[in-house]
Amino acid sequence: MKYLDEFRNGEIAQSLAREIRRVTTRPWKIMEVCGGQTHSIIRNGIDQLLPADIEMVHGPGCPVCVTPLEIIDQALTIAAQPGVIFCSFGDMLRVPGSEKDLFRIRGEGGDVRIVYSPLDAVQIARQNPDKQVVFFGVGFETTAPANAMAVHVARQHGLKNFSALISHVLVPPAIAAIMQSPRNSIQAFLAAGHVCHCLGFHQYPALTERFRIPIVITGFEPLDILEGIRRSVLQLEAGEARVDNAYERIVTFEGNLPAQKLLEQVFEIVDRAWRGIGVIPASGWQLRPEYREFDAEHRFQVSGIHTVESPLCHSGEVLQGILKPNQCPAFGKECTPRKPLGATMVSSEGACAAYYNYGRFISADQLTHV
Amino acid sequence: MCLAIPGRVDAIFEDGLSRMGKVNFGGIVKDVCLAYLPDIAVGDYTIVHVGFAISKIDEASAQQTLQTFREMGLLEEELSASEACNAAPDKEGQS
Amino acid sequence: MSEPPDFSNWSCPIPLRDYPAIVMGHGGGGKLSAELVEHLFLPAFRNDALANLGDASIVPLAGQRLAISTDSFVVRPLFFPGGSIGDLAVNGTVNDLAVSGARPLYLTVGMILEEGLPIASLARIANDMAKAAQTAGVQIVTGDTKVVEKGHGDGCYVNTAGVGLVSVDTDIGPTRAKPGDIILVSGTIGDHGTAIMSVREGLEFQTTIRSDTAALNYLIERLLKAGGSAIHVMRDPTRGGVASSLNEISLASNVGVVLEEKAFPVRSEVRAACELLGLDPIFVANEGKVLVFVADSRAAAVLEAMRSDPLGRDSAIIGRVVDQHPGMVVAHTSIGASRVVAMQIGEQLPRIC
Repeated sequence: MKYLDEFRNGEIAQSLAREIRRVTTRPWKIMEVCGGQTHSIIRNGIDQLLPADIEMVHGPGCPVCVTPLEIIDQALTIAAQPGVIFCSFGDMLRVPGSEKDLFRIRGEGGDVRIVYSPLDAVQIARQNPDKQVVFFGVGFETTAPANAMAVHVARQHGLKNFSALISHVLVPPAIAAIMQSPRNSIQAFLAAGHVCHCLGFHQYPALTERFRIPIVITGFEPLDILEGIRRSVLQLEAGEARVDNAYERIVTFEGNLPAQKLLEQVFEIVDRAWRGIGVIPASGWQLRPEYREFDAEHRFQVSGIHTVESPLCHSGEVLQGILKPNQCPAFGKECTPRKPLGATMVSSEGACAAYYNYGRFISADQLTHV
Repeated sequence: MCLAIPGRVDAIFEDGLSRMGKVNFGGIVKDVCLAYLPDIAVGDYTIVHVGFAISKIDEASAQQTLQTFREMGLLEEELSASEACNAAPDKEGQS
Repeated sequence: MSEPPDFSNWSCPIPLRDYPAIVMGHGGGGKLSAELVEHLFLPAFRNDALANLGDASIVPLAGQRLAISTDSFVVRPLFFPGGSIGDLAVNGTVNDLAVSGARPLYLTVGMILEEGLPIASLARIANDMAKAAQTAGVQIVTGDTKVVEKGHGDGCYVNTAGVGLVSVDTDIGPTRAKPGDIILVSGTIGDHGTAIMSVREGLEFQTTIRSDTAALNYLIERLLKAGGSAIHVMRDPTRGGVASSLNEISLASNVGVVLEEKAFPVRSEVRAACELLGLDPIFVANEGKVLVFVADSRAAAVLEAMRSDPLGRDSAIIGRVVDQHPGMVVAHTSIGASRVVAMQIGEQLPRIC
């Protein structure tokens, strides 16, 4: 596939890795923000190519993982109601709420459907006028334009049976929150390339200045990630702290203007609770009052749900990069993908699931002997 | 959070409210909403996330990046070759 | 809240307590399916032939070795690019017999039809079954039909059972893999699952990919002739993809498996569809492929024999068996690193992340 395969070239990956080894003289801790980047690193074994001095810390960039427990429980409550068709991205189906997950709800008779695009949910609403169709709109800035368009199109069609349960989160406030945490030891960030497509990266210079850390806008394929790491290390070794765009073929400083325009029209910024982390001010989006009729939280009156999180789950610390998944006492024991305690073990991008599925409960030596 | 895959715009059409495209990903074709890329044209490459084209791929930039990587590899080869050359006389001297 | 189930008679109920009711994952061919078999069915039915957990069971009968197998087919939609439930029903059981080293001979058919299924659809399914049986050289000798009310049965469910004969000296099964064995696959992976997804609501896309459903008994006869007793394991990977089958064999034989990702034959459209949905082709279903574990000494000959068959043109070596990390499958990635290929829980889900 063009513009994909070339960025997976094994030989170039090896030479980028050698370059990184050549320029690294001291230990550095770098966080990759995006869950998709975590997945790529663990699945391709990119961390195995890095010198021991570089430690990759996995960030909270997995919207599935950070969707607040209350919202999951709201989703489950709505999906269980008769006459509702609940549409969701595939990743959300196994995320545990206080007691169940969407799969269980489906097993108990709920009409839960996987959609690839939010517009598919709008289509389902048009085809089923006698049902209430609810779309689970989660994601970072990458997905927000798509979710906004779904709501916008629903309004233009005058649909009365479509609503969305929105749980959007924003990356820059999360980076700030992580840097302000007293236990933080991150020295550089690989910013999420696809998140930046949307708003651009004009919010990032303020972060590099405030916290004196390099931020490199990075893609997802092995060569992109290695290059992002290389550029981070170069800055770190030179004592620099600026924003560098290593994903130039996709990301521009201004971002996508038509998307920003519709987002401005449909969403407003709110404080959001991130599962496992807590409330981060001004870190989320919700529907504006003008679009409230499409807000599933209002239509179904599901505010104020009491939630119960497992006391054994350390997702929060994993998401902040304080704990590695295999350092969590429940990892691989009480908590496995089979019976996950927290969202980081369920989502394929969750660090815990990545570690488990790609075998990080055995040492890298055992893996690479052959 | 960010599964977005590159594809080529094969055709553009309207479906009532939105500008849509037939985007070709390595042989499979899917209908994709082009509303956020009003300037995109047939033959352009874009990345697609949840059925939306979210960013046009700057092909010149992509080629440039790959070229830089290749050059890095060549430079490395030269470096290690010259390092090997410099090392050899010492070894001979030692034997 | 319903009463908790009474597990007092079961041998190992613990994992089942997590799910008091069947969920879709139990049919996915991954860990949940395996647990259902191991912790519910095996203890209930208790016998040596079943405990072997091969694709078919080989039992002694009147001085011969009889292979017997059964499979049920619940695919939606009933008709998809490359075939129908009818093709799957015949080829699936033929293949289960063939990979056990048997010559498939006779099939039974049980059909559960949903009230309202068009007769024309049923005729098409029957026709597909007849053609598939003829191609495979087997006969459908008995059957049964039941009808269920509208709303059950997804149009049509089909079960087939089959019998065949195994020669005395054939000893092929999932427990027989040995360190040093070479692992072959008879062609491109993930075709069937991709074809099904391409017509599934919510995921549709245009593609030329067709299901690879096919009867593999003639291909298998050829490779058996070339490999003889050097063939240790054969399996036709279906749901759960080649990864699930390899994990099962790795566990059953208590050996490690090392794969080369770059060596997997994958059609570019299958790769593209998987990229789009965030799936890994090694977990995507097949219906016309065989995995072969063969001793190193005969690997080249077996590969050549497979490639000489029309259904095996894209056969390739994908890995080997090692004595390290028994029970675990490891793959060398395209960038020269390694990762574990773990069994999925249920089905792979399309993702956005």
